[in-house]
Amino acid sequence: MATSLIRRAISRVQSSAPAARLLVARAHASDSQAQKVESKPNLKSFQIYRWTPDNPGKPELKEYKIDLKECGPMVLDALIKIKNEIDPTLTFRRSCREGICGSCAMNIDGCNGLACLTKISSDSESTITPLPHMFVIKDLVVDMTNFYNQYKSIEPWLKRKTPAPTPGKEIPQSKSDRAKLDGMYECILCACCSTSCPSYWWNPESYLGPAALLHANRWIMDSRDEYTQERLDAVNDEFKLYRCHTILNCSRACPKGLNPGKHIQNIKKLEMAP
Amino acid sequence: MGASSGPKRLSGMQKQALALYRGFLRAARSKPAEERRQIESVVSTEFRKNSKQVDRKNFIYIEYLLRRGNKQLDQLKSPDTVGLSSLSVDSSQTTGSSSS
Repeated sequence: MATSLIRRAISRVQSSAPAARLLVARAHASDSQAQKVESKPNLKSFQIYRWTPDNPGKPELKEYKIDLKECGPMVLDALIKIKNEIDPTLTFRRSCREGICGSCAMNIDGCNGLACLTKISSDSESTITPLPHMFVIKDLVVDMTNFYNQYKSIEPWLKRKTPAPTPGKEIPQSKSDRAKLDGMYECILCACCSTSCPSYWWNPESYLGPAALLHANRWIMDSRDEYTQERLDAVNDEFKLYRCHTILNCSRACPKGLNPGKHIQNIKKLEMAP
Repeated sequence: MGASSGPKRLSGMQKQALALYRGFLRAARSKPAEERRQIESVVSTEFRKNSKQVDRKNFIYIEYLLRRGNKQLDQLKSPDTVGLSSLSVDSSQTTGSSSS
């Protein structure tokens, strides 16, 4: 787990400096071309979870072998290569390929993460399965209905009791108030955290899960929102909030480097305050 | 299966499927008469087809169908949904369904 975190951190650093990488690549272009001629393909096998409702049988892990030398660095590149060249029936969600849409959340070698931000490991084999404990619609696509309904249930929008100071204009906020939202507004609702939480596995209906609670805290901490107490009362529930036992798998899994566990703790702290 | 005499004992999953069917019929009642007949025919064809074709031991698939059905039922329940239409892809009638 720790190594995968480091790996992720490294991959992020690299992707944030594409210009530098390009330069390096160009400098070695002639070398690598020379190498390509003599070296063998660097084959890696991917075990990918397959199940389709059109051919209802048992789910299975299907093996795909691809040459890493002809593939991009990320797991998503490998998936796209498999879909393009080997098996067009392979189904997965993807969109932005840069970790801002949260579509390609899946379980890669036992860790939840975004396929577009996870580097292909150097091991000879990788296993890719859908997010754990979610209902599968097809292959790597899972049913997110419950997850989105839970997000909806915390009413993720600005609620006011009084009209804005200047009608028709935005509500001003001090810099320090805005800073309180850092570490929460970045959440892209990819569901990596919630589906890594054992507590959420056992109570997916009643426990809101880290992602929804992080967003609950985002609106509780917002200086412009005037329904803070109502929001606190709404989540003050044995199941909705207190199924969090600070296991902190959420913080480990988050591909955006957020800490949902800390924010849940903040809600619990505010619930205790008179 | 148990003894043939007496009332049939249904498994939990069979009960869920029947409840879903009942839910569809109840939801159809809130729609105009013509749409209602259309909905009922589409739904019963789909259920009858699946009851014959789907292996009764294939729980993963039946659970998938139940979840899909419940989602479609939720859509149908909304007052904005007027009817149910089906699209026949291959020789068999009614595969997916959509709301308009």
